[in-house]
Amino acid sequence: MKQHWVLSLSAFICGLLFGLGLLMAGMANPAKVLGFLDIAGLWDPSLALVMIGAIAVAFVAFRVSKTMPQSLLKTKFSWPEATAITRPLLAGSALFGLGWGLVGLCPGPALVLAGTGSVEGLIFIVFMLMGIRLVDYFQAR
Amino acid sequence: MIDWTHFTPESALLGGLMIGLACALLWLLNGRIAGVIGITAGTFTSSNQERNWRLAFILGLVLSSWLWLMLAPLPVAEVTDNYGLLAAAGLLVGIGARLGSGCTSGHGVCGLARLSVRSLVATLTFMGVAVITVFIVRHLL
Repeated sequence: MKQHWVLSLSAFICGLLFGLGLLMAGMANPAKVLGFLDIAGLWDPSLALVMIGAIAVAFVAFRVSKTMPQSLLKTKFSWPEATAITRPLLAGSALFGLGWGLVGLCPGPALVLAGTGSVEGLIFIVFMLMGIRLVDYFQAR
Repeated sequence: MIDWTHFTPESALLGGLMIGLACALLWLLNGRIAGVIGITAGTFTSSNQERNWRLAFILGLVLSSWLWLMLAPLPVAEVTDNYGLLAAAGLLVGIGARLGSGCTSGHGVCGLARLSVRSLVATLTFMGVAVITVFIVRHLL
């Protein structure tokens, strides 16, 4: 089997870099995220640039990987298989958007915020985990 | 109207490139999509081997602010102190992103970078609902 501590180490470094990117981008600050979502008020377009930068780099990686038989650490590429636009996709995304818009936190920044010891971040994460488990429980039935 | 005082194009773009690099590395090294909600959800249900890299990625996100603190003071994070609202938003985000198979990272960054129509629909849905939510909260209520 693969030396999976190497896979964990690489995932750890990716998580660190992802978090540093969120902090650098200002996305770990919910007020800034809400400033982007508030297009009718004073609009802060920063998040659009964050997405453009992130998508551009990731796009190259996905392109390059199409010519590779396996990942650099010799695992299979886990291409997402679903392509259908389903009701759960739409309903779930709408609920997610509602929660995101209420406080300006989505899962990545919430984990970074919780890591700073923020009570607000911790409360959000605890309830987010409950939400995940709730869906998994009902979908398993 | 654009909020020029809060618009931070350089740090937004740089942060975005870092987030994109994190997604690119997790894909090219581990063959995995850097979707925070999916990675988190998988820690509950996966085998030991699958769980380790997921926990490592989350640990990286959580500890990223510590690494940041060694180099610079943490950027300000303004978030509501209404615990009930945070709990409700966390629950909505957990349920919604799990049901919709992805959040801002999985659909919004990786999915769009893969040119997935399904992810585009999800992203437009949660962004649209988030914009409407902020509009109602800030300008109608």
